[in-house]
Amino acid sequence: MSMTRGAHVADAVTTSRLAVEMEHVTKRFSPQGPDVLQDVSLHVRPGEFVSLVGASGCGKSTLLNLLAGLESPSSGMIATDGAPTLMFQESALMPWLTAGKNVELALLLRGVPRRERKDMAMELLTMVHLERSYNQRPHELSGGMRQRVAIARAIAQDRRVLLMDEPFAALDAITRDLIHEELTRVWQDTGLSVVFVTHNVREAVRLGQRVLLMSSRPGRIVKEWVIDIAEPRRLDSPQVADIASQITDELRQEIRRHAH
Amino acid sequence: MPTNAVAHADDLSTLEAGLDNLETYRGNRPSWKSSIVKMLSPLIAIAAVLVIWQVIIYLQWKPDWVIPSPHQVFNSLGAQATQGVLYQATFNSIKRAAEGFVIALAVATPIGLALGLNKYLRAIFGPLLTGLQQLPSVAWVPAAIIWFGLSSATIFTVVLLGAVPSIANGLIAGMDQIPPLYLRAGKVLGAHGWTKVRHIVLPAAWPGYLAGMEQGWAFAWRSLMAAELIAITPALGPGLGQMLDQGRQLGDMALVIGSVIVIMAVGVLVDRLVFAPLRTRTLRNRGLTR
Repeated sequence: MSMTRGAHVADAVTTSRLAVEMEHVTKRFSPQGPDVLQDVSLHVRPGEFVSLVGASGCGKSTLLNLLAGLESPSSGMIATDGAPTLMFQESALMPWLTAGKNVELALLLRGVPRRERKDMAMELLTMVHLERSYNQRPHELSGGMRQRVAIARAIAQDRRVLLMDEPFAALDAITRDLIHEELTRVWQDTGLSVVFVTHNVREAVRLGQRVLLMSSRPGRIVKEWVIDIAEPRRLDSPQVADIASQITDELRQEIRRHAH
Repeated sequence: MPTNAVAHADDLSTLEAGLDNLETYRGNRPSWKSSIVKMLSPLIAIAAVLVIWQVIIYLQWKPDWVIPSPHQVFNSLGAQATQGVLYQATFNSIKRAAEGFVIALAVATPIGLALGLNKYLRAIFGPLLTGLQQLPSVAWVPAAIIWFGLSSATIFTVVLLGAVPSIANGLIAGMDQIPPLYLRAGKVLGAHGWTKVRHIVLPAAWPGYLAGMEQGWAFAWRSLMAAELIAITPALGPGLGQMLDQGRQLGDMALVIGSVIVIMAVGVLVDRLVFAPLRTRTLRNRGLTR
């Protein structure tokens, strides 16, 4: 199934083999307003992990909202391999449900029959090492555990594309380090295509097979790095640090342009 | 450092398990001792009132047809009980209020949902609902008697007009307070239409809805008492309101005070036995207990 949205729907009849395809997408929130995104083209192959970095105001979140179908582009074409799922900075778990029932809610809304839900939810929680937390409420879990439940819930939706909007920004360093390993493993096991937005450059390098740098006002993709470091990667490894510092230099130049 | 993937995954899971245990705090549930203390503590207030009351009687400040003694009130209720009236009246009143409350819930919920979901409906009908909530429902008794005579319909009309606006407004307030994040998450999860209402909106709005129900019950109960005081006919059978009015007609102050006490006691018991457990559970489940 391919989902197509945008101004030039006719262009998209050629069903893409890509997980995510954005062609010359421009987004402004009012007809006379400034371009929040300007002529953005983005291709993500199936199973690829792409990180997007940029300073504030680069339209990262807008880009994800466009991909998630929560907003539509002013011009250009967007196609994704099925409706994507989206993870937020906050876990957005429903506080009235236990961790297990949160995962089951995703299964229910996907149409999984009742009797299969519990076992599936347990399996998904086991995948993120939270099988013991099935009956715990979100407020009883730490921030990192909540985000792992959110990962399990996202996987429960059985979508092909996972969009992540700075999901680990609020976590402490140790927890983030572990959840990076967790996410890498889940991604490798599921073959999901991931678009991961962050303003943490090292995190982008640690996780992504490609890192895209976005400029701010208007948001455009200005540079791309292919990250060719073998897994398991570590956030504090010299290779990661090396590429991260290159990207940081470029990012700083981008930010300096707005000094005047 | 383990080199193969299995050992690595194992390493990660133990590391994570350690961190999870360090970071989670399993809130200790209140012990049965503290719950019993909490349940019995209102008795202190009752004892205090009884003591003050008894002191006033000893001082012989007013004659007993103005302020009867606790003993007289107790005897008066005892007499009603032996005649079977107390039990019958209490049962009838609770049954009427409960039935009225359930109907009110069934009427108020769709109204609240419609007004909470649709801003145009809200703009049109919201003020009307607020107006109805401001109006004491006893003001409807004369109209209801003219429309329906001295019948159950009159009593239910008054009870409904008392309870429906509170429940509906509570639900609307609960919906207003839903964090937008839950709605976005629901959308991403694929919740639309009725599934969205059933699995996201109603549970998210539940605390406000429950508060509206508590208030709705209180309004139903007091509206019922007002209606029973005014709409008195043998056809309706005894109720606490009728018992109260009978006390007034007989000049039996002990019965009047006794009826008032029973009416209050029913209100408190319903809150303690029905709403308080629901409220506590809701707050505890959502991590809102202090």
